[in-house]
Amino acid sequence: MTTKDKYKKVAYYPGCALEGSGHSYNRSTKAVGKALGLDLVEVKNWNCCGAMEVKNIDPKIQTYLSSRVMSTAANEMDMDVVMAPCNGCYHNLKKAEYDLANDKESAEVVDRLSQKAGHKTYESGQVETIHALDWIKESIGEDGLAERVKNSLSGIKIANYYGCMYTRPRHIFPEKDQGPGSESTSKPHFMDDLLAAAGAENVDFPLKTACCGGAHTLSDSDTSTKLVLNILKAAKLSGADVIATECPTCHSGLEMHQIRAEKTLGETVDIKILYFTQLLGMALGLKAKKVGVHENISDSIKFLKERGLG
Amino acid sequence: MRTLAELDAVFDAPPPTADSLAAAENLLRASEEIIEHWVTARGEVPTEDQREGFRLLALHRQGAKDEPSFNACRETCREVVYHYNLVTMEPEHSDITDRLYMMGLVSKHLYLFISGKLQVAGLGEFCCSSKPIRSAGESQQP
Repeated sequence: MTTKDKYKKVAYYPGCALEGSGHSYNRSTKAVGKALGLDLVEVKNWNCCGAMEVKNIDPKIQTYLSSRVMSTAANEMDMDVVMAPCNGCYHNLKKAEYDLANDKESAEVVDRLSQKAGHKTYESGQVETIHALDWIKESIGEDGLAERVKNSLSGIKIANYYGCMYTRPRHIFPEKDQGPGSESTSKPHFMDDLLAAAGAENVDFPLKTACCGGAHTLSDSDTSTKLVLNILKAAKLSGADVIATECPTCHSGLEMHQIRAEKTLGETVDIKILYFTQLLGMALGLKAKKVGVHENISDSIKFLKERGLG
Repeated sequence: MRTLAELDAVFDAPPPTADSLAAAENLLRASEEIIEHWVTARGEVPTEDQREGFRLLALHRQGAKDEPSFNACRETCREVVYHYNLVTMEPEHSDITDRLYMMGLVSKHLYLFISGKLQVAGLGEFCCSSKPIRSAGESQQP
């Protein structure tokens, strides 16, 4: 089976953020999947991937939590591919996969906890974890996407912001940096490629993988606000109208600290923030509401209407 | 090595475009000094070596040794270098003001990432992947 066919039906792992602050990402991912004829089968009774909180306390518990999601997909749903749109979940599942393949102690802990929890132990390699970007890029591709575009994103200048966890650390993403066609860890481009296929003009954006301060947005909000403000300013200076995101933590951080920068630092940066799935959905002819633009904190409706979208 | 507060002031000041070469040099040097702070806080001597023609990249490599989370600013360092080249190769370019301003924003991102809690709170819990550094830092505290 080719990768293209394999990715047409995947186990969908939305993760906690997509049920809360990132709900519009959940909504738009599902809507885009449906519009493209891709099949998402949600992982049964999924749990938290271990996020940053568990990982910082006990990395092996995080490995177990992520392995349980993969075990359910493989052993209870007979799925080969797990798609996680959240950078944190995607990163954690990839990290668990790496640890289970390379760290005997992690494998022993996971086996012990899996037995205790009463489910089959996940064996490294049973599933392939992919991001929503891989999912669309590989199953539909730029040409396939371009053929389906009903409302071109032409005239919209986009700064693609990938955040830090999509590509780091490099060793847990062995499929990246494999030459032409593969994703790059230093200069990621899958989101750029997809949005360009939908007609958008991508700008040269130097902070596409820079830290947004998401991990300490509550413990040290001022630093997060400064980091976000810097990202917003750099995107604006790059000539962008919109920052496209593919991570719920980055997205909500950009939106909330955009407002906070205005209130606490008196600095306003007029730039829209939208998930790439929202932009693709509208390019495919979906209404703004269908892709959850109304659920975003920042208001992009007028901007989109003026450009004939949504 | 300038203090973090002095470096903060460098990034907050509008780049003096009258002498774009000097402005780019100043931003590059300030970026090096940010990493010097990091390296020094780890109890090491900042390297004078260069990598791909830049000390900044050699310093980043030194700072990231045994500390994968520091790679979160690897591309930012490379972007500083890229913008330095952009400015110094065409110092009279019509977009020189924007290019210098962008170099300042990228350098400031490096500053914001490395400073703050990492520096002030004894290599605190700034980064989600910083626990190993935190632990090492705590064990080195008097």
